[in-house]
Amino acid sequence: MSDKEEGVSDTARGGGLVQIHVVVLRPEERTANIPDCTKAVPYEAWVKGFLLDESARIGDPVRIRTFAGRELRGELAAIEPAYGHGFGKPPVELIRASLEGRDRLGGAR
Amino acid sequence: MTRDTSYAAVMARKNEILKASVGLDYARFERSPIRFDYEGLLSSPGYSLEEVQRIQAATGVGRTPLVELGNITDLVRSVSKAGKGARIFVKDERANPSGSFKDRRASLSVYHAAKLGYKGVACGSSGNYAAAVASQAAKRNLRTIILQEVFDSRKVGQPEILEKTRTCEAYGAEVWQLSVGPELFYVMLRVVEETGFFNASLWIPTGILGVETLGYEVAVEMKEREGRFPDAVVITNAGGGNVTGTARGLDKAGSHHTAIIGASVDLRGLHMASDVDFNRKSFTTGHSGFSVPFMLIPDRTDVPRNAARQLRYLDRAVLVTQGEVFYATDLLAKLEGLDRGPAGNTSLAAAMAIAKEMDKDQILVVQETEYTGAGKLPSSQLTFAQENGIEVRRGDPRENVPGKAIVIPEGPEQIRVEDLDLAKMRRSYVEKAVGAAAGYRPTEEDIRFLAEDSKSTVEFVRSALPR
Repeated sequence: MSDKEEGVSDTARGGGLVQIHVVVLRPEERTANIPDCTKAVPYEAWVKGFLLDESARIGDPVRIRTFAGRELRGELAAIEPAYGHGFGKPPVELIRASLEGRDRLGGAR
Repeated sequence: MTRDTSYAAVMARKNEILKASVGLDYARFERSPIRFDYEGLLSSPGYSLEEVQRIQAATGVGRTPLVELGNITDLVRSVSKAGKGARIFVKDERANPSGSFKDRRASLSVYHAAKLGYKGVACGSSGNYAAAVASQAAKRNLRTIILQEVFDSRKVGQPEILEKTRTCEAYGAEVWQLSVGPELFYVMLRVVEETGFFNASLWIPTGILGVETLGYEVAVEMKEREGRFPDAVVITNAGGGNVTGTARGLDKAGSHHTAIIGASVDLRGLHMASDVDFNRKSFTTGHSGFSVPFMLIPDRTDVPRNAARQLRYLDRAVLVTQGEVFYATDLLAKLEGLDRGPAGNTSLAAAMAIAKEMDKDQILVVQETEYTGAGKLPSSQLTFAQENGIEVRRGDPRENVPGKAIVIPEGPEQIRVEDLDLAKMRRSYVEKAVGAAAGYRPTEEDIRFLAEDSKSTVEFVRSALPR
């Protein structure tokens, strides 16, 4: 499930709800005791807030006001990003297994 | 003057940042390179159980229903030997404000932060605890910053954690969605240093004292209803806070002989800090990848001394498979009318196996449920697992392979637990505690501490000491 959303516009207006991206640590700055696959990639962060600049395009350096009232800086990553997680498909094997379990009880008693 | 915020510089200031952010000087409780005053640490915030109950009641936390699972008990009895199959009850902790027992931990820590004059709270959690902190802080009018490990390097997020971002933002928190790695602790140190917020760590004393009311309620209500304390309580176990607080609460209610059983999901072989393994796990709770390391080195946390000490309280520790937890989750919905999340259902799966060994008149309590919904349901989790190349099928749960295959049991007779060798864990804990104090020779008092801290004996500790 990806959180990436294609916005209708890649330009955000001041005061709009946006998401910024920050590289917290470059690979060479990361801690030593982690698996190689983790150490090979940067340590990144995404935070949402209201755009403090007049307008900005995806990738521009921007400032935001977070829900906690703090000012943060980063590059503009998304405009009004949607929550992408959902309910998924019915787990057929699991449903069958539990209904069989229910049937073992022998119906209404 | 601006401070150096490089990784090395911030980590070097760790102790002073932590001291300011939890309002507690852990050095006061240190007694030797091995020993510290555990009860002194836990009593230091100054809250009695009665005060904790009052503080929790003010925000609607606690006094959750204790429900007998009669149909699941019958199903277990249908595959048990004659006279076996204990009665299974569940404490419906989903009835708490943010939907889990974590509200008990957060309620006291957030109350404490407000009392100490902090303007906000920060918390590193990808689970229910983050939601609980954000919810309690909203009620107490404090600002919240939540740090969550959400995405792998492809920016793919575990749906259960994406749901936790959503709910924390719903409570008005600033949420940092981070990529995989233990450097979350570095970000936490920077955040509390910059903001002066309280670090609502899971491992501070108030985070444990808040759970005592859960064990207390289970014991008192069972005694009132059934005239006896529960024979065993199964507790989903990762970092040990749930085990520690519940066991202490049972004890405070006079239930001294209840067996304390920790249950975790078997995820052995998947590295907790691996970018590749990150999205090969289902759920975000009760992982063996947390419970086992915390058992052996309890103080490897974000505070100098961990108030959660599972070996001190555990009588038994068991593992179940992911497929068994999904099965228990779906049975709870279809046989008992309780659609709940995976946290408590790890314990429920274990309870279904353990109840088979117990007598019919005995009582087994699963002490939590959690809310469920988008991202958390089996439908969502199993869809995500399949998208990440994990095989999902019916069969014998013994064929479950963490990160490769999730096997849904054919029936309740196949649900079983694998016992962790606690004696081995206790021995390893002693070796590591003594090994960490290199060059120091343990005194008699240190040995007594290690025996208490591992629920063993002075003789056992002596036998485990390096020669």
